[in-house]
Amino acid sequence: MSGADRTVNISNGNSEVNDRTSSIVKYVFFSCALVTVLTTLAIILVLVQGSFVFFREVSIVEYFTGTDWSPVIRPRSYGVLPLIWGTLVITLGSALIALPVGTATAIYLSEYADPDVRKVIKPTLEILAGIPTIVYGFFALSFITPLIQRVFPETGTFNAAAGAIVVGVMIIPMVSSLSEDAMSSVPDDLRNAAYGLGATKFEVSTNVVVPSALSGIIASYILALSRAIGETMAVTLAVGMSPQITANPLESMQTMTAYMVQIGISDVSIGSIGYQSLFAVGLTLFAMTLAMNLFSLWIKSRYREEYQ
Amino acid sequence: MSTETETPFGEPTDDIERKRLIGRVFVAICFASTLVGIVALVALIADVLYESWGWVTWEFLTYPPSQVVENFMPDARGAGIYPAIVGSVFLIALTAVFTIFLGVGAAVYLEEYAAESRLKSFIEANIANLAGVPSIVYGLLGLAIFVRAVQMGSSLIAGALTLTLLILPIVIVSTQEALRAVPDSQRQAAYGVGATKWQVIRDVVLPRALPGIMTGTILSLSRAIGETAPILMVGASTSLFVAPDGLTSPFSAMPMTVFDWAKRPEPEFQHIAAAGIVVLLTILLLMNAVAILIRNKYDPRA
Amino acid sequence: MTANRGQGATTETRTDSSTESVTERVAGSPGVDDAVIESRDLKVFYGDDQALQGIDMEIPEKQVTALIGPSGCGKSTYLRSINRMNDLIDVARVEGDLYFHGKNVYDDDVDPVALRRKVGMVFQKPNPFPKSIFDNVAYGLRVQGKDDGDVEGKVRQALERAALLDEVEDQLDSSGLDLSGGQQQRLCIARAIATDPEVVLMDEPASALDPVATSKIEDLVEELSRNYTVVIVTHNMQQAARISDKTAVFLTGGHLAEFDDTSKIFENPESQRVEDYITGKFG
Ligand SMILES: Nc1ncnc2c1ncn2[C@@H]1O[C@H](COP(=O)(O)OP(=O)(O)OP(=O)(O)O)[C@@H](O)[C@H]1O
Ligand SMILES: [Mg+2]
Repeated sequence: MSGADRTVNISNGNSEVNDRTSSIVKYVFFSCALVTVLTTLAIILVLVQGSFVFFREVSIVEYFTGTDWSPVIRPRSYGVLPLIWGTLVITLGSALIALPVGTATAIYLSEYADPDVRKVIKPTLEILAGIPTIVYGFFALSFITPLIQRVFPETGTFNAAAGAIVVGVMIIPMVSSLSEDAMSSVPDDLRNAAYGLGATKFEVSTNVVVPSALSGIIASYILALSRAIGETMAVTLAVGMSPQITANPLESMQTMTAYMVQIGISDVSIGSIGYQSLFAVGLTLFAMTLAMNLFSLWIKSRYREEYQ
Repeated sequence: MSTETETPFGEPTDDIERKRLIGRVFVAICFASTLVGIVALVALIADVLYESWGWVTWEFLTYPPSQVVENFMPDARGAGIYPAIVGSVFLIALTAVFTIFLGVGAAVYLEEYAAESRLKSFIEANIANLAGVPSIVYGLLGLAIFVRAVQMGSSLIAGALTLTLLILPIVIVSTQEALRAVPDSQRQAAYGVGATKWQVIRDVVLPRALPGIMTGTILSLSRAIGETAPILMVGASTSLFVAPDGLTSPFSAMPMTVFDWAKRPEPEFQHIAAAGIVVLLTILLLMNAVAILIRNKYDPRA
Repeated sequence: MTANRGQGATTETRTDSSTESVTERVAGSPGVDDAVIESRDLKVFYGDDQALQGIDMEIPEKQVTALIGPSGCGKSTYLRSINRMNDLIDVARVEGDLYFHGKNVYDDDVDPVALRRKVGMVFQKPNPFPKSIFDNVAYGLRVQGKDDGDVEGKVRQALERAALLDEVEDQLDSSGLDLSGGQQQRLCIARAIATDPEVVLMDEPASALDPVATSKIEDLVEELSRNYTVVIVTHNMQQAARISDKTAVFLTGGHLAEFDDTSKIFENPESQRVEDYITGKFG
C-alpha cells in the first residue's frame, strides 16, 4: 500500500502542479531576456523606417557628400559631412588625451603602483566615468573654455577644444581600467622570463607587458572612442550648434548628437523633414558605434583564446 | 667594498644605467598621467562647488523654477529645482520597478535556465552591444515607440520605460554576476530535499544573490538619474512648475533642468546650474553610498 | 672577503668553451676547485618563514649540478637566489653570501640586471613571449644591446644548440605560442642561451613535458654543459642521476642534506635520510 503511494508520488502527485508553475516561470523569464532582443530590433526598425521617410525627400548622395547642413532653416540643404566632421574632431581630440593618459595610467597602476595605492586610485578614477555628462558640459563652459580663452583670447564661448578636453577626461577611466585589467592578466611567467634575460623593469613593462596585453588595450581604445562618438550633453553645451567644417578647434562646431539635441528641444513638427532627419542622423550614429562595438567584442574574444 | 675592482658581470653599468634613467623618466610620465585624471576630478568638483557657493538654499530645494534670475537670489521670492527633484525621484522609482523585474528575469533565464547554446550566446552578445549604443539613440527609440506609437505622450512613464531599456543591459550583466557567485552546493542542497527548479531559484538562489543584485541595480539607477539625452528626446519639460502627479503627467527631471539653465547666456544662471548640479551629485552620491554599504555589509571579501 | 677580489676580470670577455676562466677558490671553501658559484650560509626568508637554512655549496664550472628534494624544500628558492630573481618577490629577504666568480652578488654595488645577463634562467612552465619564434630568441639580444651584427646568425645558432632549429627552420616568423610544449621549452632554452650567459639555471624544465620531449631536454642539458654551467632543479631522481655531475639533496625545512658527486649520492649516500629519500622511502 505505502509502496504504491510512493510510486504515485514520484510520477504524478504534486509535482504536476510544480511542473506547470516551473514552466510558466521559465517562459516569463525567457520573455524578459527576449526584451533585449526586441530592443535591438526596435532600434533598427525605428531608425531605418524614419530614415526611409527622410531619404524619400533627400538624395543619399547629397546626404553623404554635401558639406552644408541645414535641414530646418531655409535655404535647406542636407549634407551630413559637417556633423560627421564635428563628431570626428571631438572623437579624435578626446582620443589624443585619453589614449596616452589612460594607457600610461594603466601601466603605472598595473606595473608600478603599490597594491594599496591601486586600490584607492582605480575606483577614484572610475568616479570620472560615473559623473553625469551634463556636468562635464557645465565644467567645459565654466572652467575649461575660460582657461583656453586666457591663452587664446579669440576662442569662442562654444568651441571644439573644450569639448574634446572634457570628453577626453570622461573616457580616461574606460581606457585606464580596461587596459589595467588586460595588463594585470598578463601572466607573471612572462615578466620573469624577461627579467631572467636581464631586462630592466622599464623594458619588461614596455616590451613584454604592453605587447602581451595589446588586444585588451586596443579593445579599451575602441570602446572609449565609441563612447566619445555617442557622447551628447557635454559636447552640446561645450561645442555648440554650428555645423561647419573647420580645422580650427577654437571655433564652434556641431556633432551628430548635438544636432539631435537641437531638434529634440526645438518645436519642429512631427513628420517634417527636420524631424525625419533625426532618424537619418541617428542611424548614421548607430551604425558607427555598432561597428566599433562589434570590432571591440571581436578583439576581446580573440584575446580570451590567446591566454586560455 | 670592491669599488676598485671590476665586477664579474661584464661591462654592466653604462648601458643599464642609461636604461634605468629612461625607466625613471618613464615612471614619472606614467605617474603624472595618473595625476591628470585625479586633478581633473578635483578641478571639476571644486569648480561646481565654487560656482554654486551660496546658491543652494532651502528655497532652491523647495520652489519651482523661474525665468527671472532675481527670484533665485537669496532673500528673494524663491525659485528652485523642486519639481525636477520630484520628477527625478518618480522617474527613478518607476525605472527601478521595471528594471528589477526585467533585469532579474532576463538574468535568471540566462544563468539558471538557458543551456550553453547559440541562442544564449546570441542574447549575451546582443546585450553587450546594447550596452554600447549611445543614450541619445535610446531617446529616439523612446520618442518613436513610447511617445508616438503607443501614444503615451511626453509622460513620466514614457521617460521611465526609455531609461529602463537604457540601463537594462548593465543590470542584466551585474545580476548575472551575482547569480554566478551563488555556490552550486547551495542549489544542490535545495534540489536534494526535493525542491523544484523554481523553488530553488526563489528560496535559495535569489535570496543569496540579492545584495549583489541590489548593488548592481542601484549603481545602474544612479547612472539613469544623471542621464539627460534620452529624456530630452522623449520630451521632458524644462518649464514645469508643478511636480508630476501621475504616470501619464508631463515631467521634468534634474539633469534636464540643469541643461536648460546651463545653456542660458545670463551669467547668474551659471550659478543656478551649478546649484542644480550640486543637488544632482548629492543624490548620486547617496545612491552610490547605499550601494557600497549593501556590498560591504553582505560581501565577505569587501 | 679580500680574497675574492681580482677574479672577476677573467670572465669578462668569455666567448666560447675555449676560454678557460681561472677562478681562485674562496678562502676556506672546501671541495670544488673550479667553483663558479659559491654560497656561504645563505638564508632566504619569505616574511617570517625561513625557506633556506644557511646553505653552503660550491657549484663547479661547466658541469651539471642537480638540485633534488621533496616539494617545498627550497630548491626553487635556492635557484632564484643565484640570479636574484627573489628580488622580485616583495616578501623575500636574503641573508648570507652568494659568490659569482668570487663576487658577492648581494653586495650593494651589484646590479641584478647585469647579473642576470650572465646567469640565464629557464622556468618550469614554458613561457615564450607572444611574439614570433625569431623575436623570442632575439629578445635577450635586444635588451642586452647585443643586437648589432649578425642577429639572425646568433638566433639560428641558439636554436641549433637548443636542438630546435630543424623543427622550426621554415617558420621562424610564426608565433612562439603555436609550438608544442616541448618545443616551447626548447625555445625558452634557446632564448636563454642566445645571449651567451655563463650559467643557465633551470627550474624543473621538463616537468610539464611528455617522456619524448623530456629526453630531448635531457640530451640538451648534457650538451649545454660543454659550454655552460648548468644548475637544474628536478623532481625526477633518475633524471638527476642520468644528466648531472653533482647532486645537491635538499630536505624539508630548507636544509642542504648532502652535496657531492652524483654517483656518490646515488650509490653511497652519507646520511640515512638522503638514502631514504633516494630510495623513495619518503618525499
Ligand atoms: N613567493 C613566495 N612567497 C612566500 N613563500 C614562498 C614563496 N615561494 C616559496 N615559498 C615558500 O618557500 C618554501 C620553499 O619553496 P620552493 O618553491 O623553493 O620549494 P621547491 O623545493 O621548489 O618546491 P617544489 O618542488 O614544489 O617546486 C615553501 O615552503 C614555500 O611555501
Ligand atoms: Mg620549485
